[in-house]
Amino acid sequence: MTALRHASFIAVFLFAPVLLSAQENEELTHEQTEFFEKKIRPALVKHCYKCHAEEGDKVKGGLLLDSRETTLSGGDSGPAVVPFDLNESLLYVAMTYEDSSLEMPPKYKLEDSIIADFKQWIEMGAPDPRKRQPKDGAPQEYTNTIDIEEGKDFWAYQTPDKAAISQEAHSDWARQPIDVFVSEQHLEMNLTPAPDADAATLLRRLSYDLTGLPPSTSEVEAFIKAHSENPDDAIAAEVDRLLDSSRYGERFGRRWLDVARYAESSGKEVNATFPHAWRYRDYVIDSYNADKPFNQFVTEQIAGDLLSADSEAQEAEQTVATSFLAIGTKGLNEQNARQFRFDLVDEQIDTTTQAFLATTAACARCHDHKFDPIPMSDYYAMAGIFLSSETLYGTSEALQNRKVTELITLPAGSHSGAEMKSLGEMIDLEFQRMTLQERLEELSDEARDARRSGDSDRATQIRLQTLGVINRKGITEGILAAYDDDGYPKPLSMGMRDLPSPFDSQILIRGEEDNPTDERIARGFLQVIQSNDEQSIGEHESGRLQLAEWIASPENPLTARVYANRVWSWLFGEGLVRSVDNFGSTGDTPTHPELLDYLAVRLVELDWSTKELVREIATSRTYRMSSGYRDDYFQKDPENYSLWRANKRRLDAESIRDASLAVSGRLDLERPAGSLVSEAGEGFVGRNIQEAQINTETVHRSVYLPIVRGLVPESLGLFDFADPSLLSGKREITTVPSQALYMMNSPFILENAKAMASHLVVDLDLRGGELAKEAFYRCYSRPPTPEEGQRTKEFIERFLEVAETEGHSKDASRLLALTTFCQSLIGSAEFRYLN
Amino acid sequence: MKNPSQFQPSRRQILQSASSGFGYLAFSALSSLAGQKSFGSAMNPLAPKTPHFGGTAKRVIFMAMQGAPSHVDTFDYKPQLNKDSGQDAKGFAKLLGSPFEFKQHGESGLPISSLFPKLAGHADDLCLINSMHTDLPNHPQATTQMHTGNFQFVRPSMGAWTLYGLGTENDSLPGFITLSPPNGAQNYGSAFLPAIYQGTPIGKQARNRFVAQEEQGAVQNISNPQLSKDLQRVQLDFVKSLNAEKLQRDEYNPDVEGIIESYELAFRMQDELPEVMDLSDEPESIKSLYGLNDRTTGAFAQQCIKARRLAESGVRFIQINHGNWDHHRNLVGGLEQNCAEIDQPIAALLEDLKQRDMLKDTLVIWAGEFGRTPHGQNGNGRDHNNKGYSLWMAGGGVKGGIRHGATDEYGYQAIENKVHIHDWHATILHTLGLDHTNLTYQYAGRDFRLTDVHGEVVRGILA
Repeated sequence: MTALRHASFIAVFLFAPVLLSAQENEELTHEQTEFFEKKIRPALVKHCYKCHAEEGDKVKGGLLLDSRETTLSGGDSGPAVVPFDLNESLLYVAMTYEDSSLEMPPKYKLEDSIIADFKQWIEMGAPDPRKRQPKDGAPQEYTNTIDIEEGKDFWAYQTPDKAAISQEAHSDWARQPIDVFVSEQHLEMNLTPAPDADAATLLRRLSYDLTGLPPSTSEVEAFIKAHSENPDDAIAAEVDRLLDSSRYGERFGRRWLDVARYAESSGKEVNATFPHAWRYRDYVIDSYNADKPFNQFVTEQIAGDLLSADSEAQEAEQTVATSFLAIGTKGLNEQNARQFRFDLVDEQIDTTTQAFLATTAACARCHDHKFDPIPMSDYYAMAGIFLSSETLYGTSEALQNRKVTELITLPAGSHSGAEMKSLGEMIDLEFQRMTLQERLEELSDEARDARRSGDSDRATQIRLQTLGVINRKGITEGILAAYDDDGYPKPLSMGMRDLPSPFDSQILIRGEEDNPTDERIARGFLQVIQSNDEQSIGEHESGRLQLAEWIASPENPLTARVYANRVWSWLFGEGLVRSVDNFGSTGDTPTHPELLDYLAVRLVELDWSTKELVREIATSRTYRMSSGYRDDYFQKDPENYSLWRANKRRLDAESIRDASLAVSGRLDLERPAGSLVSEAGEGFVGRNIQEAQINTETVHRSVYLPIVRGLVPESLGLFDFADPSLLSGKREITTVPSQALYMMNSPFILENAKAMASHLVVDLDLRGGELAKEAFYRCYSRPPTPEEGQRTKEFIERFLEVAETEGHSKDASRLLALTTFCQSLIGSAEFRYLN
Repeated sequence: MKNPSQFQPSRRQILQSASSGFGYLAFSALSSLAGQKSFGSAMNPLAPKTPHFGGTAKRVIFMAMQGAPSHVDTFDYKPQLNKDSGQDAKGFAKLLGSPFEFKQHGESGLPISSLFPKLAGHADDLCLINSMHTDLPNHPQATTQMHTGNFQFVRPSMGAWTLYGLGTENDSLPGFITLSPPNGAQNYGSAFLPAIYQGTPIGKQARNRFVAQEEQGAVQNISNPQLSKDLQRVQLDFVKSLNAEKLQRDEYNPDVEGIIESYELAFRMQDELPEVMDLSDEPESIKSLYGLNDRTTGAFAQQCIKARRLAESGVRFIQINHGNWDHHRNLVGGLEQNCAEIDQPIAALLEDLKQRDMLKDTLVIWAGEFGRTPHGQNGNGRDHNNKGYSLWMAGGGVKGGIRHGATDEYGYQAIENKVHIHDWHATILHTLGLDHTNLTYQYAGRDFRLTDVHGEVVRGILA
């Protein structure tokens, strides 16, 4: 019964939207209406409305039985009526008095004839003519206030155009078309581009930008040599080498994960874990390493489940890709099922339009977009697409979470993130589940006794106990569901699939779920971006595939622009449009419009290859500039809009952490299987899953650290990791004392410093100036300056002097001094800045 | 701020301390910058900022009561409810008169229930708002709305907005500190505001309410396990020389300046924060005033004293937290217990602030996420009620000894001078000298505010 209940509960949730949408429009037959009006409505009014109607005295258990919609969506305990299913129709179960924990009406049992009527009614599909009363009387009408045609004039909706390049006008500074566009602006502003950065600085920049790791000492030395012979060749070869490294996918993948607001838990109040989200992380990394064309990357993430596949591996990959739409934050404790559904869809519209189109379409949920040419009808046209899809994110059932869904079982052979469970563990879990089930049944009997004896305190107490047991049982079942009978973890994934009966959405006036217009909006896209090869959405499909194709089309004026701009920002620290997630009228305009268009057109020409685009940018003269300061230019253009020099940039949190592991020799470059969250399994953060379980320090690359909403690892959170609840194409940079405290005192940094010192002394057998030189190379990609050499010497001497007065032994002092020296380099500004 | 030199080093002192044991190059790099306008406010987002207009409050101490305290048993006197107790309430439940006696207190004659005997002694300082209302009667959403103005989306908390608007007066301490917060980082988060404005949580909420005397955790990485202060100073001088040389090479780099300063602040924080959090130097008279050594009052007394010490040290926004107010049952015993835990410490805090002449510019707030129903539940309990409830504020330029707004005769709904969460937020910002319509931050294409597009300053309560 329990498992069955669980499963069918899921089914109810999944199909409820279909019922809400598809059947509510169907005409009832005369007989159906008559049956309802004669037998069902009077009984509901007489026996139920007092506590379960909008007009009643008080709504109990969040359940309203006065409209078809609310009867189907149900209250705190789940749907009241599930058409054709007596066992799942809690209204029926309650009136039969068969389940002692659920007896309604509470004070008396209905006559058998009435119960029989309800049985018959549910078995005939619960036909119900009652519509929910619109909030403000008559249904309201929506009036569009936006002139789409006029809106099309905005720069971002124009097709990108590759401007003609006049070669002669430019000095021999330019290496590539990119440089010509940059140079044109230099000429206009009477600026001379900064000289090329020196070889070591450039290599350090390339290495961090493309792989997120510092170059080794020998790499620096080899590059300096090659660069002195032929800089262009040396740079081209180095870019090739870095793009071929698997570290590249980890680096660029992590940047995309910011845009995808990747996290392994639901966030918000309930914060349930997503133990299978890591598959999406790996999918993104692998896609970058394989240089998957960006248009394909887009299509897979929105509609991978709807694409044909040549192999099971490809099918699995495309399925996992759609986790993009499933990993957003969720208010799992929302009791209004319609509200939950619309919030979920809103999050998907918001993420999809911002990630790919840098457009804030979600602003049009409650009113026409205030700034951009996006009417509410466009929003609900897209909402219909997502409402016609199922979002599968799993989670386990609990009091606070009535919104459990299935997960997708991937084709056999897909690897798993979790360890196998032993037979003993499986038996323990099963035993635990049975015990909890038995306990529930006992409590149910006790509750009946208490109620009959009129002991209300006791009844309340039992109710509380029952809730606790339900929670524990839900978690146990959630864990069990992730393993097959032999204890092998099932290859499960989050993701999307189409509903069997797609439908169009109504417009919700002011975004209020209980305030829909009568009219439905045909599923579609943003009208301001119409392209000629737009596909129409068939009656039997959600429209996700067409949405994906519309976005990924070379005719879409935003997609290539927005992505090329992101790539540019990943290599320069700022986009050509600085508001990388907003190309609307409240966003920034491009500093170099022709260059942006060139890159967008080029991206498509290069078959949407990210690596090729990176290659072109990274080998440009523009990328090669030094970040040197010039006061006169700084006065003219302090924000460096005109790209008169390279931006000085702080490394992101991942690079700082990875570099501190790399210089100490501790970094483990192997990809861990799954994640610490997949090891922890299903559950709720702060309840059965504790912080210590998740945030254990590891020596893997930072991209593999567990990302639980509200519980981001300290090493990342302190250095401005993006809040994974929100899409974020650009991170803030802060400088706060807690970062300094971390560098000064954290066990992780101390451990790295100690390892680095011991690596230098023991493994590399270095002493004195040689040791200092290697340490500086590791941390700064250069040898110490004479001043720094002097400071280092003075520091060691002073340190030993003070240590001696404190009574440390000579050997201990020396080790401590070396460790502290290494720690100082890791903690210094230059370690975490790129010139 | 009795002793400004202790808590608030001047810019000159910072420079002097920064220059001690400091290499010549580093110092010259720094001192050459000292003359530039960039040194200070431009590089430090926490530096004090000029408010929009002259505010009456310089700082906030916010006492958040998790679980929603009953208003009709504490600060909203409803004689008709007592009169009609036991009668049918709209036909489905019985009205439950308050079991606690209300008396008028102070010259103002504010009615306060017997649950707060000591706080009642400060009746003339209290500004009761009896007409609060919020959007949803669910704890998580209402709690989030109370802190951020919005339960639907992740938005910055009011402490973060305050810090963003005003900066802080002591940059050797975080400007927004929340003591022992319950789960839900969103409630002290900065969302899309720069991370520096988020609250620093210190300590976790004690599961056991009697874990009073023990320090519940502290700031991360606050001390070094292997270096003495002297050795660490030697290290930081070395780090500083490296950073200063970089700064000199870069010629202009506010980020490196920021790092140099943050090390100095962190170095000082190591001393100052534990010191501020260490209550052992409080005189016995203060400890007993707050009830620090009492089993019942100890835990909250500790929070209140720390709040005062942080306020004294220049922290801008301090939140303290107390739980277990969700009295669906055991209303009488539960309220008696909770109020006994907080009554004396709160009264002591008001008294203490007043004695230090700090109440006048410290806005003290006591609030839950909503109120409770006038009708009973489970015989001895009350259900959630978001349509009418009470909170109070004191000091910081709000009128004392007044009741603002009113609920209906039983306390179901706010009916007179209704105050929504947005209005309340607008008013808090107003006392700080911030115009809630002008305190904006651009994110995802539009300007966001704490009050979204709502909020009216409640002028009637401003002194």
